[in-house]
Amino acid sequence: MDNKAKFIAFQTIVTKEVRRFMRIWVQTIVPPAITIMLYFIIFGNLIGSRIGEMGGFSYMEFVVPGLIMMGVMTNSYSNVVSSFFNARFQRHVDEMLVSPLPNYIILLGFVCGGVARGLAVGLVVTILATFFADISVYNIWITISIVVLTSILFSLAGFINAVFAESFDDISIIPTFVLTPLIYLGGVFYSIDLLPEFWANLSQLNPILYMVNGFRYGILGVSDINITWAFTMIVVFIVAAFTYSLHLLNSGKKLRT
Amino acid sequence: MVAALSISQLEKTYPNGFQALKGIDLQVNKGDFFALLGPNGAGKSTTIGVICSLVNKTGGKVSIFGVDTDEDFSTAKNFIGVVPQEFNFNMFEKVFNIVVTQAGYYGMPLALAKERAEKYLKQLGLWDKKDEIARTLSGGMKRRLMIARALVHEPRLLILDEPTAGVDIEIRRSMWKFLQQINETGTTIILTTHYLEEAETLCRNVAIINNGEIVANSSMKSLLKKMDKQTFIFDTKIDLPENFTVLDYEVEIVDPHCFEITLNQGDSLNTIVTCFTEAGVEVVSMRNKSNRLEELFMGLVEDDNNGQ
Repeated sequence: MDNKAKFIAFQTIVTKEVRRFMRIWVQTIVPPAITIMLYFIIFGNLIGSRIGEMGGFSYMEFVVPGLIMMGVMTNSYSNVVSSFFNARFQRHVDEMLVSPLPNYIILLGFVCGGVARGLAVGLVVTILATFFADISVYNIWITISIVVLTSILFSLAGFINAVFAESFDDISIIPTFVLTPLIYLGGVFYSIDLLPEFWANLSQLNPILYMVNGFRYGILGVSDINITWAFTMIVVFIVAAFTYSLHLLNSGKKLRT
Repeated sequence: MVAALSISQLEKTYPNGFQALKGIDLQVNKGDFFALLGPNGAGKSTTIGVICSLVNKTGGKVSIFGVDTDEDFSTAKNFIGVVPQEFNFNMFEKVFNIVVTQAGYYGMPLALAKERAEKYLKQLGLWDKKDEIARTLSGGMKRRLMIARALVHEPRLLILDEPTAGVDIEIRRSMWKFLQQINETGTTIILTTHYLEEAETLCRNVAIINNGEIVANSSMKSLLKKMDKQTFIFDTKIDLPENFTVLDYEVEIVDPHCFEITLNQGDSLNTIVTCFTEAGVEVVSMRNKSNRLEELFMGLVEDDNNGQ
């Protein structure tokens, strides 16, 4: 397969993925937007007005970047996990496996589909956020690169979950028991400076802390952690997740008998 | 001449220890219409799975048009189109999109993909369903959709795993006609089926697989010649006379208007027809008791199972 054919194949997977989540936009785009808007109203507006400043900003301004990232992370993950598991469940993943598509193109195609949905939700949430807070971006390049890298990482994580899942229950276990606690404890709603030293140090093992703070730095110019360190951590996680995902595809784990 | 498919000492042992393929050898020539027959669990689908990369083999070699799948599976896959036994397309996708997307996986530009999708959906009588969601199609339409999808990149080798299962006789016959046309244009076809009449009608060469081993592999003609006995059923106009006999043949009376006689290979039908005339029996119709290939198939599989 030459490079032109590979690009067409990649484009085909991305188009298919985008068409899938846009066809059911009422299930894929609207609910996260409503959920995050409720966070804006309850945490940002009602409770936040009594909290006062955090990190030198109003609580609403502080919480907006974290909530945008929460939408991006959960939707990138859930897009790939549900799409790839469904392809396995209905066996239409075979359409790709019998074709001359290289495995890395399959992986990149699904990841880009996840990124597309993550960014679509992120954009909707950002537009909604402008009704609640004045948003000005401190550094556009850091903001964009952090959100895209985070979306890639969560799409890869969703892919790994989809490979191992045996049932539809299995695709909700990781988001419920792992992802949600990590997101809530990853500095979305608070600065880790508020935590006692032990918990603040423990929080630094949470990869989501680096993504949320990196994004917050891009928008507000403040962060609990060093921005270079945040980039390094995200890239390391992406390389590890991509390598492992590709290994799963190459070995045919749960795909070939 | 390079074979369309060449399989040598192919083995597959599943992790639970079950040996599905025990070192089979098989060759399918270019342009052939080849039947791969066998009872359920014999190894047909496993063989097809290995050829199209859905099953990892544990030993042996597979070459598609001279390309060793161990060395360059990507090129080999370009030559193959596969129609699996189970429906394996996105049930919530539109018919047209399913075919166009499959073309995209082969790197086909969108304009050409749409042109080919139209061509094959029309040929298979699905063009008016192109905007329907796949799950709303009937069973026969779903089978034809899988054939259109398999053909969109115009493979040189088309593999069909029970393509007419659960399809009514009218659609089955139209599918036979379509497959014969595809074969006439030079596409090599490998067919597995439980309808042995289908294999006998369509295929020039045949292999029978049982318990992971090839138990027969020859042309359809020479395989059928191996039959040493055939049972015919005769229907008569009036009741059969009492103590009706035909030379030394064993006559089984089914009902007063119907009887069966088993003939040996080479026996003349003229001789027994003369006996009917002499006995005053007017025969109005005659047919084989079962499909010839079916009898042969059952005999070979039983012999193989008894020899285990």
